Amino acid sequence: MEAALTDSAAPLLIVNNIEVVYDHVILVLKGVSLEVPEGGIVALLGANGAGKTTTLKSISNLLVAERGDITKGTIDYQGQRIQGLSANQLVKRGIVQVMEGRRCFEHLTVEENLMTGAFTRRDGAASIRQDLELVYTYFPRLKVRRTSTAGYTSGGEQQMTALGRALMARPKMILLDEPSMGLAPQLVEEIFEIVKKLNEAEQVTFLLAEQNTNMALRYSHYGYILENGRIVMEGDAASLAGNDDIKEFYLGIAQGDQKANFRATKHYRRRKRWLG
Amino acid sequence: MPEELAWFLEVLIAGLLSGVMYSLVALGFVLIFKASGVFNFAQGAMVLFAALTFARFLEMGINFWFAAAITLFIMVVLAVIIERVMLRPLVAQPVIILFMATIGLNYFLEGLAQGVWDTQVHALDLGIEDVPWQSVMDATNILISLFDVWAAVICGALVVMLAYFFQKGRIGRALRAVADDNQAAMSVGIPLQLIWAIVWAAAGLVALVAGALWGQRLGVQFSISLVALKALPVLILGGFNSIAGAIIGGLIIGAAEKLAEVYLGPIIGGGIEAWFAYLIAMLFLMVRPQGLFGEKIIERV
Repeated sequence: MEAALTDSAAPLLIVNNIEVVYDHVILVLKGVSLEVPEGGIVALLGANGAGKTTTLKSISNLLVAERGDITKGTIDYQGQRIQGLSANQLVKRGIVQVMEGRRCFEHLTVEENLMTGAFTRRDGAASIRQDLELVYTYFPRLKVRRTSTAGYTSGGEQQMTALGRALMARPKMILLDEPSMGLAPQLVEEIFEIVKKLNEAEQVTFLLAEQNTNMALRYSHYGYILENGRIVMEGDAASLAGNDDIKEFYLGIAQGDQKANFRATKHYRRRKRWLG
Repeated sequence: MPEELAWFLEVLIAGLLSGVMYSLVALGFVLIFKASGVFNFAQGAMVLFAALTFARFLEMGINFWFAAAITLFIMVVLAVIIERVMLRPLVAQPVIILFMATIGLNYFLEGLAQGVWDTQVHALDLGIEDVPWQSVMDATNILISLFDVWAAVICGALVVMLAYFFQKGRIGRALRAVADDNQAAMSVGIPLQLIWAIVWAAAGLVALVAGALWGQRLGVQFSISLVALKALPVLILGGFNSIAGAIIGGLIIGAAEKLAEVYLGPIIGGGIEAWFAYLIAMLFLMVRPQGLFGEKIIERV
């Protein structure tokens, strides 16, 4: 859809060959490297359990809360090593994660939710107020529902609240985890449109983890495919969307014009197992 | 006023006012439970620690307010140490592990308090006399302890302060955010360590106030840590995560206990006061396990 950004400038974020181990034993990421250019939208694609969320959490250092550890590799942001910085320090530097499943503060109102995003800011109530209004211009629906308890708003509104909450921190970069999860296709489109707008108008860089490959490739500039904790393919969005393997594995389009059907695909007999 | 009614009112009011004292202890539990989902077994020990420290400072002849300030400072330092040493390494562990850690903390604090100070019974005089309220006595012939009234006033002020602190402003919002979803709170840059330290310090303040009031009533000694047991039925009744619940729960338990003692006592035997609260709690658990004001679990379909 859009041309890949030129890599003349140094990337904003460089993840170099990281390994992540949970609970000291479970190796989840087996050497992941990726780069995110300033002002880009980069998609991290892959199936369930491929390691997308873990990759994002190792950047935002939310792994601590899940007993995960980066055992190898480096993460650089704006040319500085950021491993080991707390989430609080990272937010101050401009990296905010929007977690999978929205994760709004249920018992707070929509506006209170948004205001929690400004926790780390020290630039005064006036400019925070101003940003709140800015968030409301991007998400007019949130302004209508500002006094509603977030737990009782719809899934789409919660996703908007989560995204707006992240914006309140004035981030340079948002790590957006599965924004499409559990939302109607039309809403997914709406959310992605806003991501694009934020990217263009507010110069927010996005690293986006998605299972909805089709949608993600339409809106991003560059993509990485993760499988079993490894990057197996990368390329600009257009070339990925045109790749035959990706079409077949992730977009459900078979080679040639023929539609995939059960009869045409090979059947594998299920191995006998002792239990069911 | 008929004699019967006056007697009933006297019992009721005495019950409500003693209930306030239970609420005060329950409040400490609620604060920590709200912010971290942990039932702080050590709350009773914190009451003992605060009361003993305060009493000993007063015995040294230190000015009342200055002694209160130092004790409060010590409670804040204690909160920070607890966060560093106990909570931080246990982050992301199951709640039950934190609970067990607070059991350990309970014994440690009991030992520390009695090791640093001593195990004697110390009198604690807050300068509030435990005498009947004369003007009410003259007008209605109802006996109300002035000390109880003062305790209720102090408790009320403390609750208003805490409720305001939780409801308003940047820190209050962050506290509630952490209470709702601590990982999401982390993701927007709210430092959990700071919030926990604040909450434990607030629980320390509550422990100090509760310890001082109970201390004057019972004398400061080991057994003061057992008032925490009386807070349990209050919590079950009011809900573990509601400040309002702790207050209402305390009032109900206090009043029910005294009324039962006076009116049921002659029928089924005395000493009801000691166990009646637990009976109410048990009945309540069957009907409404989240308590009167327990936070509703928001479930969208």
